[in-house]
Amino acid sequence: MVLESGTLTSSSSWVGSISLDEFRVAALSFAERWERCNSSFVQWSWVCPKRLGFAAGKVEGYLCLQNILIPRGTQDNCCDEASANNSKEEPCFDGEDDPIDNATLVQSSDGEAHYYDFHIVYSNSYRVPVLYFRGYCIDGQPLVLDDIEKDLPANSSKILTESKWTFITQEEHPYLNRPWYTLHPCGTCEWMKLLYANKAPMVKGVPVDQYIISWFSVVGQVIGLRTPLEMMRS
Amino acid sequence: MERDSKKEARNYVWEGAIPLQIHLHQSEVTTLPSPPPALILAPRIGYLPLLVPQVKPFFSSALPPGVDTVWFDYKGLPLKWYIPTGVLFDLLCAEPERPWNLTVHFRGYPANILTPCENEDSVKWSYINSLKEAAYIFHGNCKNVMNMSQADQFELWQSVMNGNLESYLRVSSKLKFGIFGDTFSLRLNSSSVKSRERAELDAAGTVTSGRIPVRLYVWSIQEDFDNLEDAPSFDSWDKISYINRPAEIREEGKCFSLGDAMKMLLPEIFGDKASASGDISKTEVEDYLKLNPEEASNIEGTKVMAESKDVESCNLSKSAEIKLLRIQGIEPKLEIPFTWLANNLMNPDHFLHICVYVKVPELTTI
Repeated sequence: MVLESGTLTSSSSWVGSISLDEFRVAALSFAERWERCNSSFVQWSWVCPKRLGFAAGKVEGYLCLQNILIPRGTQDNCCDEASANNSKEEPCFDGEDDPIDNATLVQSSDGEAHYYDFHIVYSNSYRVPVLYFRGYCIDGQPLVLDDIEKDLPANSSKILTESKWTFITQEEHPYLNRPWYTLHPCGTCEWMKLLYANKAPMVKGVPVDQYIISWFSVVGQVIGLRTPLEMMRS
Repeated sequence: MERDSKKEARNYVWEGAIPLQIHLHQSEVTTLPSPPPALILAPRIGYLPLLVPQVKPFFSSALPPGVDTVWFDYKGLPLKWYIPTGVLFDLLCAEPERPWNLTVHFRGYPANILTPCENEDSVKWSYINSLKEAAYIFHGNCKNVMNMSQADQFELWQSVMNGNLESYLRVSSKLKFGIFGDTFSLRLNSSSVKSRERAELDAAGTVTSGRIPVRLYVWSIQEDFDNLEDAPSFDSWDKISYINRPAEIREEGKCFSLGDAMKMLLPEIFGDKASASGDISKTEVEDYLKLNPEEASNIEGTKVMAESKDVESCNLSKSAEIKLLRIQGIEPKLEIPFTWLANNLMNPDHFLHICVYVKVPELTTI
């Protein structure tokens, strides 16, 4: 399908939010860009959930990234990886089996590999994308919040503790009726507005098809998923 | 008169209660004979975990040793504690069951289905989170809730726990939710220029937002039933669609009714005008017929129309029918102004919780 490109919103009155239709455009644009720049990694897929006994409206859906392995890094390997990464001018994930930055990982207490599912869901209330995620061991046993926080990059813990606007809560997944972890979206509009304002001057308006690419460049860092640099160039 | 009527309705909502008969789960009974059930009058606007201080002492002598993690079920379905008690009752008892028989557990919390609830604080933060979300829907930000003083937060939560409407109104007025303006009624009452100016001023003061916080609990059923007793019970939350979607009021001359709101909130079922085939007036007539199933004289006509249609995906949803719609235990007419419902039947979290039973057609795979 041909994506609607060049979707613009008037920048003067923009409050940092997007509509449901714009979310779908931005989500598919994000998934397409991710596939192009990150082809060796697991791909995002668009899920159209069944609701009310049959498929919901054509617009509704969410992005899904499944079974992401967070490898267990030892203390020594962390130091080595950190040194190696510091020398690289632009970290590039092409050719790497695992784009996750090992240097930022902490060894889990039980020593098992941890897997994660990530969903990007639209919030009708806050009118922004919301990240839902859950962690589990190889046998499917769900992780508790303490274990998840240990898997987060080191600087994420700092962000999460300092800011009262960014925090992890456990809530019910809007489509799956199960408890999932989520980054609370109440501050998203404000920092997205700031993020766009700091970009190159927008002559035509706000390019909403790039909304989730920008959004994920912030949110992805918190959970340890790095956005490839090529995705940021437009 | 209008003010008194409004206050009266809210009082009824806040004083609303559900008689519960709470049984201890058999697997946790260590005494013979089993303890009798606990009889508790639970506030509609409250939450089940807030009943633990009454329930636990009642059953403590019969419990096995171990750490308590309290949860409730109804006919085997774990009850979501973060949904107000009255909404759970409206949703799960098609034919109201009095007393409502629930089972309490103190062990084996179903963590894969229910989010954790450790104590009263968990309920409080769930409530504050909903209030924050409602504020965001209304204002476009939640600063009023985030910047509440500790004292106000405490008083607000105490008023919810104790069912104190007066205290609640005093504190929540600082959050500036205001009252959703019913411009239609205001215009009707205007009879002179002076009155009209005053009405417009009032309207300007009250209509500060076009979005109303709504939470829909939609149960879609494929088999038909005429009486509520015949409604099938469900054993899984997956059969209920929880839709968290604000209602956006359009500024039109026409009164925005509950029926209009339902069409907006459930476009999957009642279809958008943009996607409707055929002329507009025909669509509206069909919508009217489907939204008013009690019109017996038209039932056959509707059925014939539905049967004669080609089975197309865009027309499939048009044979959906609302069998039951409940807010705070009452079944309001679809013609009621939606703003009246929002002003009077809202929960303390500032959401209008609506339970809907929808008859959907059997799926035809083409």
